Amino acid sequence: MIELSPADWVAIRLTLKLGLYTTGILLLIGTPLAWWLASGRSPLRTAVQSVVALPIVLPPTVLGFYLLILLGPRGWIGGTLESMGFTHLAFTFTGILIGSVFYSLPFAVQPLYQAFVAIGRRPVEVAASLGAGPLDRFFTVILPLTRGGFIVAATLSFAHTLGEFGAILMIGGSIPGRTKVLSIMIYDHAEAMNYAAAHQLSLLLLSFAFLVLFIIYTVNRRFDVVRP
Amino acid sequence: MRILGLVTLAFCFVFGGHTHASQRLMIAAAADLRFALDDILTIYRSTHPNAQIEVVYGSSGKMTTQILNGAPYDVFFSADISFPERLYREGFAMTKPSVYAVGRIVLWSKRHDASSMTLHDLLQPSIRRVAIAQPAHAPYGLRAKEALMELGLWEEIQPKLVFGENIAHTAQMVESKAADVGIIALSLALFPALATHGYHLIDEQLHNPLTQGYVVTRYGRNNALAQDFAAFMTGQDARAIMEEFGFILPEFDD
Repeated sequence: MIELSPADWVAIRLTLKLGLYTTGILLLIGTPLAWWLASGRSPLRTAVQSVVALPIVLPPTVLGFYLLILLGPRGWIGGTLESMGFTHLAFTFTGILIGSVFYSLPFAVQPLYQAFVAIGRRPVEVAASLGAGPLDRFFTVILPLTRGGFIVAATLSFAHTLGEFGAILMIGGSIPGRTKVLSIMIYDHAEAMNYAAAHQLSLLLLSFAFLVLFIIYTVNRRFDVVRP
Repeated sequence: MRILGLVTLAFCFVFGGHTHASQRLMIAAAADLRFALDDILTIYRSTHPNAQIEVVYGSSGKMTTQILNGAPYDVFFSADISFPERLYREGFAMTKPSVYAVGRIVLWSKRHDASSMTLHDLLQPSIRRVAIAQPAHAPYGLRAKEALMELGLWEEIQPKLVFGENIAHTAQMVESKAADVGIIALSLALFPALATHGYHLIDEQLHNPLTQGYVVTRYGRNNALAQDFAAFMTGQDARAIMEEFGFILPEFDD
């Protein structure tokens, strides 16, 4: 039935690694960002919120193009790294990781934002008045109350990263074991007219996507957080 | 906690069992080599069991842009020697470009019998979509354009044209019947899965020659395997396979 080649496994491993890293980083960045966004209204917040949501409407190639310009050996960041004796970030795992973090940012921030808005400031203020420190407040008050939001944010960012294609193609090339993720592997199989292999991987991603959405809707029903 | 367990399991899968090869070789190759080079690599890998050899296919123009932007390719086999020449001029290649083959373009179709067609037939109303590779960065696309221009068909055929990202993608567009006919590489038309359908060899007087050249890149300057593989490509085993795929080979004076 399903027979994946060693190259397919390399791509699967890499894709999962990218997903895990991206999700981890996004939860770290996304939580304070969403908290700040949820803690009031101001033109600056609206502007930041718009920037965060940009990847939803922007073609991934735009993101990929800017990243290539920034991270490549002739780019600002890549060039600076080169002049400091490091290597630039185009065609590297770090490069596609940076791309994925931007690309999936809204999918982590939105659910967290909604969850934070839903609980309001009260529980935190009460906890503070009872003498709980900031970390304590986060782990014993906010986190349990917004658990559903975190599950949705993590699952969505992970799943969305697995579906990334355009930006990775531009910033990553398609280098086996480094930047050749599943979506690019499928593209490559199709181009090689290796339809059987393309079918297998596509089916794999399709089932996974369904599973993720199923989990999210289940969580939503239980916790009543957000709709993706 | 169950979630934590799942995440841990995923981490073990992702980071467990890494293999470290003693030697690595990353080849960038023009898409017309897709099947020929796969065959050649099968032989080469069997004589270099410890080497980890990867190949990335794409249009020669795109590969060149990637190399100029620091892509980690050790050796680059282009479908048009002008690209490696540019890399050499700009200091991105360590060896002078040398010719390894000459390619040809053909008309190929899965809907029609291409072997009895000529380029003029592309104007027939029964043919609605003609696939060629992107002339801007794919040499086979540029040669197709040149041939069509030489015959004065270019303007008239415009509305029918669809463009592949590279020549293998173009062949795939025709293979899937999304395009009625395509101008593709002879080396792809001779691939067993495609060779079930005939082709019409396009007169080479109609376009500039597809002189294919390779270079060892600056990135691969310290990679002995890159030199070794380049030498293997001009050796007998590789030449036999290249000829099977319809490439015309230069004479080597060794």
